[in-house]
Amino acid sequence: MTAPILSVRRLSAVSELGNADPILRNVSLDLAASETLGLVGESGAGKSTIAKALLGVLPRTVRITQGEILFEGRDLRTLPRRETRAIFGDAIALVPQDPMTALNPGRRIEAQLTDGLRLRRGMSAHAAHKRALELLAEVHIRDPERVLRAYPHQLSGGMRQRVLIAAAFALEPKIIVADEPTTALDVTVQKQILRLMRQMQKAHRTAVIFVTHDLGVVAQICDRVTLMFAGAVIESGATADILSAPRHAYTRALIAAGPRYDRPEAALKPVPEDLVTRLRLEVAGVGR
Amino acid sequence: MTDASASSFPATSGPNLASRRLRALLVEPKVMIGGGFILALIVVALFAPWIAPRNPLDQDLILASLPPAGLASAEPGYYFGTDDLGRDVLSRLIFGARIALIVAFIAASLAALAGTALGLLAGWYRGWVDGVISRLVDIWMAFPPVLLSILLVAVLGAGVGSVIAAIAIIDWTRFCRVVRAETMAQAEADYVTAAHAIGFPPFHILMREILPNVVPALLALVSLEMGIAVIVEAILSFVGLSVSSDTPTWGGMIAEGRQFIHQTWWVFAAPLAALFATVLAFNQLGDGLRRALDPVLRR
Repeated sequence: MTAPILSVRRLSAVSELGNADPILRNVSLDLAASETLGLVGESGAGKSTIAKALLGVLPRTVRITQGEILFEGRDLRTLPRRETRAIFGDAIALVPQDPMTALNPGRRIEAQLTDGLRLRRGMSAHAAHKRALELLAEVHIRDPERVLRAYPHQLSGGMRQRVLIAAAFALEPKIIVADEPTTALDVTVQKQILRLMRQMQKAHRTAVIFVTHDLGVVAQICDRVTLMFAGAVIESGATADILSAPRHAYTRALIAAGPRYDRPEAALKPVPEDLVTRLRLEVAGVGR
Repeated sequence: MTDASASSFPATSGPNLASRRLRALLVEPKVMIGGGFILALIVVALFAPWIAPRNPLDQDLILASLPPAGLASAEPGYYFGTDDLGRDVLSRLIFGARIALIVAFIAASLAALAGTALGLLAGWYRGWVDGVISRLVDIWMAFPPVLLSILLVAVLGAGVGSVIAAIAIIDWTRFCRVVRAETMAQAEADYVTAAHAIGFPPFHILMREILPNVVPALLALVSLEMGIAVIVEAILSFVGLSVSSDTPTWGGMIAEGRQFIHQTWWVFAAPLAALFATVLAFNQLGDGLRRALDPVLRR
């Protein structure tokens, strides 16, 4: 494997609110240029914390205790603010989770889509407008002029997610962090959005970290996958390998827990309690 | 390609949010009724010298204590009768609207301004900033508002300016609490995270991204506050702490009419009715605005 564009090394984080368990325990992961890495886990596994850390928008209540986030070999945690500004939200961009709240309801699409272009690239309003039209066309939005004039509430969920994808690619980032971008959408729209993400990624040769709890999505879009549980990495590898021959009991349980549409009569199999208990003990020592 | 992508552009009449909002406002009956009354009152107050039948200060002891039109021994032209000094009640009522509205608009605006500024800071910066501001609000709200306003005006000295200052100083807390909560809610939204990630400075995000989304909740509150300001002004006039007695005010008229309530009840009843109707109109307008602008209630 060539040198990864992004490399998280033994990252640990705790919450400043009370003495709860660590949020991240010694997390390490690598992302090669223009590949898609799935970051999978249950709620509270620490997926979103990593995503936020990569974008420099960790809440003040989360404190990183150790580790490095190496972007092209430079540690984002120790770089001066002046230099991280050119990385967060520029070289690393976000496709947010919920298209309903990710667009400001009081501003037109044009203003929100061109924020980055104007602030980061110093484009004129006219140039930014032209670029926004191109971007919207690229995410298959018909009548982009009209969409630019629209307010978010006038667009459907799928349209909004397309706008957000266009906004994420606007600055030609090297990495896109997609934080469960399809969770809030219905299944048919989900498919379109996944396909669009794939197209855009191929066309722009962008690396993507795809945060999700849905192994089905991972199977469709990710080259490699990292599984997390309670803030620790459980298993990591090529998607095909992991899904067909999982090594870890938790991975097997998670795959088994997925609903089977071909056998609706089969009972849902939640991840067994004793396995969860065992895992909690297993990860408890990590990252302390 | 099979993407149903852009086919879902909704058939709205036009992408102009402002005009859509305006239309939503106009079909809301409470906004129409409340706003219509207030608008009419503003016109009356503005053109008081031309609308009022006579000078509100002119005394005529021969025509004193005339009953309103329609009652026995009423004089033609004195629609609402006269008070014990022979001053025309209707004319005094019309001129009284001036003070009521001036106080309502300026005091409510100042209270909203101060409360919004502090509420934004508290909701945005949280931590000790929120701690200080929220404790201040708690302490403030523990004071009985009417007594506090009387105290304030007594200290500041009587006059419209003092009345306005007193109302703003007391009632900023209402705005502060609402704006603080709304700011906190908006700050959690993903679009704020996105704005952070793009690299806008925090203060820019607060003013450009969050403030506009707080305004709808604020508008309704401002209207309600105007109603409250009208009442407080009347109370302060009633106890003689508002403008000097040669300027007619509704509160002052109520105080004067109270002395002769058994003989000339209309001197008392007319300003009371005006006060009642005005406050009701402000409240209806506020409630209507809330309904029209709140996307949850509108569905």
